[in-house]
Amino acid sequence: MEQRAGGSRIVDFDLEKQTVRELNQYLHKELPKNGVEEVRIFNPDGAHHIAVGMDAPAKVDIMGNAGYFVAGMNKHAEVTVRGSVGWSVAENIMSGTVRVEGYASECAGASGRGGLLVIEKDASSRCGISMKGNDIVVGGSVGHFSAFMAQAGRLVVCGDAGDGLGDSLYEAVIYVRGEMKGLGADAREEPTTEEDHASLAGLLERAGFDHDTEEFKRVASARSLYHWNADRDQGY
Amino acid sequence: MGIDREDVAGLEESSLYNRRVQAWIQTAAERGRYDIRGLGAKRKVPHFDDLTFLTGSASRYPLEGYRERCDTETVLGSRYAKNPIRLDIPITFAGMSFGSLSANVKEDLGRAATELGTSTTTGDGGMTDEERDSSETLVYQCLPSRYGFDPDDLRRADAVEVVIGQGAKPGGGGMLLGQKISERVADMRTLPAGIDQRSACRHPDWTGPDDLTIKIEELREITDWEIPVYVKVGATRVENDVKLAVKAGADVVVVDGMEGGTAATQDVFIEHAGIPTLAAVSQAAEALEDMKMTGEVQLIISGGIRTGADVAKAIALGADAVSIGQGAMFALGCNSEVWHDENGEPVSAVEDYEKLGTKPGFCHHMHTGMCPVGIATQDPELEKRLDPEWGARRLRNYFQTLNMELTTLARACGKSNVHHLEKEDLASLTIEAAAIAKVPLAGTDWIPGKF
Repeated sequence: MEQRAGGSRIVDFDLEKQTVRELNQYLHKELPKNGVEEVRIFNPDGAHHIAVGMDAPAKVDIMGNAGYFVAGMNKHAEVTVRGSVGWSVAENIMSGTVRVEGYASECAGASGRGGLLVIEKDASSRCGISMKGNDIVVGGSVGHFSAFMAQAGRLVVCGDAGDGLGDSLYEAVIYVRGEMKGLGADAREEPTTEEDHASLAGLLERAGFDHDTEEFKRVASARSLYHWNADRDQGY
Repeated sequence: MGIDREDVAGLEESSLYNRRVQAWIQTAAERGRYDIRGLGAKRKVPHFDDLTFLTGSASRYPLEGYRERCDTETVLGSRYAKNPIRLDIPITFAGMSFGSLSANVKEDLGRAATELGTSTTTGDGGMTDEERDSSETLVYQCLPSRYGFDPDDLRRADAVEVVIGQGAKPGGGGMLLGQKISERVADMRTLPAGIDQRSACRHPDWTGPDDLTIKIEELREITDWEIPVYVKVGATRVENDVKLAVKAGADVVVVDGMEGGTAATQDVFIEHAGIPTLAAVSQAAEALEDMKMTGEVQLIISGGIRTGADVAKAIALGADAVSIGQGAMFALGCNSEVWHDENGEPVSAVEDYEKLGTKPGFCHHMHTGMCPVGIATQDPELEKRLDPEWGARRLRNYFQTLNMELTTLARACGKSNVHHLEKEDLASLTIEAAAIAKVPLAGTDWIPGKF
């Protein structure tokens, strides 16, 4: 442990010398009671489960690429990945912020219930699948079936979106700046409102992007699948 | 008296298009949709009833009923978890959702389980404070829908169960119809009240078995490897699924046969998907044996377990414990003609069944939320029909009876521990059961396809 100028306390972990289990048990059990404000994790080398289950308002800095489920179920913490991540970064995020400076693989921010996930470059397919109240801002593009069955929250895509965007959406809202290859079942483009622009501007600012909100299109649910109807399209 | 040949010939019923099938076709033609209903398969399938115990005689030494001890303690999750589940009996309550069931019923299940020294399980819709507070041992389900999934609840759970499928609808997800979506249910699921809620059939954050391995590790990391991880599958390709679950790192595998119940799904799914529990338990036990994991990974069997005899037979075939859902509902009064008022007096529910187009004994209308006896409902007035004290007592009595039947049979087989029951204690009463369970046909040493 070392002291930083200004009094904040930081702890370093080196995953070449320590295990992910040791790291997580420290983050869960020791960190909340010893006043450490920042943890730096060196040599992550794509390891899975780094900083899962955080439940403290600390900064966690991952100095490289991380594997599956990094920052899964995050509460309160501010996690930054200085690289790219595997599947399901910040899945079931409850609060706090998770930032990925590189790319994200599939299912980024899946089933999150709060907090903010920022992916500075692209995210693969099913980004924001099943989201339940979290916000996701993707600096680049997202793959197919993003926001599938998304229930609540906002997905902002500064680049393009793949096919089947927002399939079976509930109350989540999607904003896309680039091209949309195709919308999924029950998703529709809608006019943006002043409320949309204000909401989007706030999210972009928090995520560190300065795009003009007028460049974004809004996608939301047509709500035609909210009640089961046997006479609808038999493909569904 | 002679037979009127013309009448018999004229009234000959088709076995293929009998009156039941005709009525089904006519209903389909009228409505243009399939039926959605609750509970489990109604068709007759090979079952534990098709087995019998070869209890003690000259060649086997029985234990004295009521006088000699027969242990029922059951440990689940001893493979990796620091804190395995320790139960007094091998009979547990299956996962059932708050939303499908009222909060009172969830509390009842917890209270009864705590008194019995067993576990209960959450369901689709998350963990309620009522069931956590009332349950000493609570298994938290991680379902594809992730409705209300909360790491704080995970941390306060005693085990976590990754649900891949259930026996009533393997591969099918679920549907909670809008009439059951009260404000509280909607809030727990983060969806608008009153809409039909689709429960996904696939998990959002992992797909194949390799990913499942990593998902299980995530759950272990979050819980600091303290609680067991169960994996639940609907019984279809049981051998492969059990092996994959074990390979993925499960402490406990739960296999739910096609007789398993549900709150709501398509009738065609309930009756025509999956394999019977009798077949599932045998395949699952063999899969564990193949992997040399018997005893290291525990097996829980569910789906149509009703009596102590069913429990004993499941254990003899290789299960470590069983889970019961529908039986618990019936114990609470599901399908009863009456409910009981605050004075304990019976009140007829027959008219309310008729409003649903059914009768006591035949009701499977859990999906409507209009449960005449106040179990599968979110209606505050209907909920009052089930007194929590009365319900908890009924559940406790039911499980206590099952456990007494279980130990009675075990003692008669000469076992001082119910987990010592074995396949050798059984005989099959039908050729089908002999083939499926790989238990010799009674009076022979014949197992079709084996010898």
